[in-house]
Amino acid sequence: MSLALDLFTIMSVALGALFFLAGTVGLLRFPDTLTRLHALTKADNLGLGLIVLGLLPQVGSVVAGLGLIAVWLLALLAGATVGQLLAGAVPPSESRQSHREGSRP
Amino acid sequence: MSGTTLFGLCGAALVGLGLYGLICHPGVLRKILAFNLIGSGVFLLFGVIAKRGGGALAAAGAGVDGDPVPQALVITGLVVAFAATAIAVALLLRLVELGGRDTLEDEAPRRAPPPPGRRS
Amino acid sequence: MSMAPAVDAGLALLILGLGLWIIAARSNFAAVVGFMTYGLMLALVWVRLTAVDVAMTEAALGAGLTGVLLLGAAARLPAEAPGGGPGAGLRVLVAVLCVGVAAALAGVVLSLPEPAPSLAPLVAENLPPTGVKNPVTGVLLAHRAIDTLLETVVLIPALIGVWALAADRAWGARPGALTPRPSSSSLTLLAQVLPPFGILVGVHLVWAGADEPGGKFQGAAVLAAMWVLVVMAGLADLPKVTNRLMRYTLVLGPLVFVAIGLAGIWTAGAFLALPAGYAKPLIVLIEVVLTLSVALMLGLLLAGPPKERA
Repeated sequence: MSLALDLFTIMSVALGALFFLAGTVGLLRFPDTLTRLHALTKADNLGLGLIVLGLLPQVGSVVAGLGLIAVWLLALLAGATVGQLLAGAVPPSESRQSHREGSRP
Repeated sequence: MSGTTLFGLCGAALVGLGLYGLICHPGVLRKILAFNLIGSGVFLLFGVIAKRGGGALAAAGAGVDGDPVPQALVITGLVVAFAATAIAVALLLRLVELGGRDTLEDEAPRRAPPPPGRRS
Repeated sequence: MSMAPAVDAGLALLILGLGLWIIAARSNFAAVVGFMTYGLMLALVWVRLTAVDVAMTEAALGAGLTGVLLLGAAARLPAEAPGGGPGAGLRVLVAVLCVGVAAALAGVVLSLPEPAPSLAPLVAENLPPTGVKNPVTGVLLAHRAIDTLLETVVLIPALIGVWALAADRAWGARPGALTPRPSSSSLTLLAQVLPPFGILVGVHLVWAGADEPGGKFQGAAVLAAMWVLVVMAGLADLPKVTNRLMRYTLVLGPLVFVAIGLAGIWTAGAFLALPAGYAKPLIVLIEVVLTLSVALMLGLLLAGPPKERA
């Protein structure tokens, strides 16, 4: 039983780390602010969620588990808000430009 | 080399780095940042001393994992550093408001808004 | 624990890299963002140094509130750092000097005495009479109470200093550095949903701080952050600087601290001494009123000098 749980933790945390890596690569490689934000928020929410999910079987008490879930939910809330605010602050010229580049054959 | 010593060397390097920025950066905001860098380097040195003190105790089986006196000093230091930064930022913004410049250099070119009736 | 040296080395490299970035970045904004990241990484270093109380203070105050303060300043300045500064020759001289200072400090770190001198046994021995279990709280409020008193008192002159920078005609207005953002539904939602949790976390940090990591400064920083969030979302207005209730709350904490300290002369034989048996309730009382005052001071320091609204 504990072996299965450990295996679950390893898989889940590794997958979460992979999403963090993908998000970071997106942040570094994508051409403009909006696509970078897209990569970052998606990957961070899912990556952190998977890591929390993987750590849940390892915590000793229910309270600690609830604490982990609260961390994830608060990070989701903050990440979503900051993503919105940053996207709203992108000058219209930049988002239009990225649109043109995207539709180029 | 232990991690503690490594962080101690890191603190020493940060003090040097911050000192360079404080002297060489013409912009006041960057001087404030550099000053905070010096501060955090000094705090880190305190942290290393606290950890070492605790380490000696843990070896003796006292069950304390750090000297709380330097740690308490760092906490008060962080609060005072914040207050000092707040005053420095307020002074800087007032300087910009009055003179339109964000540097302490005597002959630095003036930024917008340019002073009336004189070329910058 | 075989990963520990690699984690430490990685953290140290990251801290130094971010430090270099803060000094070398071209734009003010980039440097400030680097500074906030640096503060969060530094909090991890404090965890590695087993100083959890300091880690919390660094994350909340050093990275969070200081970051907001500096970002606000960067937004009001030209994007590029001004040119000029000392010439190349002088810069080299300064660099050599700074390397010298860093090398001297590094030498001190490497030649620290072994075994390390420590006050920890003394603290551990004298902690039971205070009734608190967190040694850092014990040092802050019982053993080195004079430091803590002076440090909370020093926030008031700092606030007066910030207010003194107001233009004459703006005196009596509301603080002006935290301009509400143009209304954004997501920020409004965050400012409505987050504060109940934030206030709970702040109160818990203060309450738990007697026995576990936490305390009034960490709690006050979280409370101040919630206040600033609500103000920036435009859901509440800051009080005018002449508001009497606000001013009384500002001095309440230090006054209670001094009053209990003076009472200590009669009840326990020394200024700031706590009478035996009442130490823990008095420490908790001081923590609670100081939290209120310190949270208000931190928020108002962020809010800047009074300014006339256009």
